Amino acid sequence: MIGRAALVLFLALSSAALAVNPDEILADPAQEARARAVGRDLRCLVCQNQSIDDSDAGLARDLRIIVRERIKAGDSDSQIKDYLVGRYGDFVLLNPPFKPATWLLWLGPLVLAAIAAMVALAFYRRAGRRAPERPLSEAEKKALEALIKDQG
Amino acid sequence: MRHWKYILPLVIFAVLVGFFVRGLDLKPAEVPSPLIGKPAPALNLKPLLDTKPGLADADLKGGLVLVNFFASWCGPCRIEHPLLMDIAAKKIVPILGVNYKDKPEDAKAWLANLGDPFAKIGVDFDGRTAIDWGVYGVPESFLVDANGIILAKQIGPMMQKDWNERFLPKIKERSK
Repeated sequence: MIGRAALVLFLALSSAALAVNPDEILADPAQEARARAVGRDLRCLVCQNQSIDDSDAGLARDLRIIVRERIKAGDSDSQIKDYLVGRYGDFVLLNPPFKPATWLLWLGPLVLAAIAAMVALAFYRRAGRRAPERPLSEAEKKALEALIKDQG
Repeated sequence: MRHWKYILPLVIFAVLVGFFVRGLDLKPAEVPSPLIGKPAPALNLKPLLDTKPGLADADLKGGLVLVNFFASWCGPCRIEHPLLMDIAAKKIVPILGVNYKDKPEDAKAWLANLGDPFAKIGVDFDGRTAIDWGVYGVPESFLVDANGIILAKQIGPMMQKDWNERFLPKIKERSK
């Protein structure tokens, strides 16, 4: 019973581990919250599928510190992101911007879904328009009756 | 004309194979640098050695140079080192070394051991210069022209193939 309570407590208190070290955290909670929000959108270039807040890589730490320095210096969130995009390109953003170079990325799935929908629509339309029902001819009727009699 | 239905899967398969073959040569781990074709970022670093100067912005305005970010703790740096030594020995282009997040004594021992291909070496102890240059791992190398414009970038160790195919032609083109 105690074990189960401890497990529940443990699960309730645990959350996704952040790599942000205590010595990096800003004194002002509002600024720190901004730093966390910005950090979640920035890719750690070393591990690539983690944000800088999630990564223990040395470069991620350096970038977290830069984000905090910029916040203290009074930069806006988009200025901070521009600063890093200027150095590492759009790839540093976990959410790629919508622009001509990324149209295919953002719109590609929609285009494919639209094509699939059109193909499906055409398929079902044609299936519905199959050859009209034709009554059996005299010869077919006789053949059918013969078959049924045979079975009986 | 009724045969197209049977050929279509083959065509789709061929297109798919085409994508896969192309994918074999792609390096998704490499982040394309936005700095290529743009002015090189600032470079102001204290010297590593007493015998060689550090780095300054003026070093990027004197002619073609290869800027190489290296560290003694970096394994792939050892792989490219013989090529850098060769480039230096043949005096193809001066190599400016940026010693990234390294202990100076380790870097000095490393150079004493393996040889020193660098014309000048600056110390980037906190890695800030590397971030300005969009470096996300060592080694990385940049070819910078006399106007301080970045012509090419190598991510990871410079191999003979990279050097011959992407760097040498640009160097030859400029030195005509």
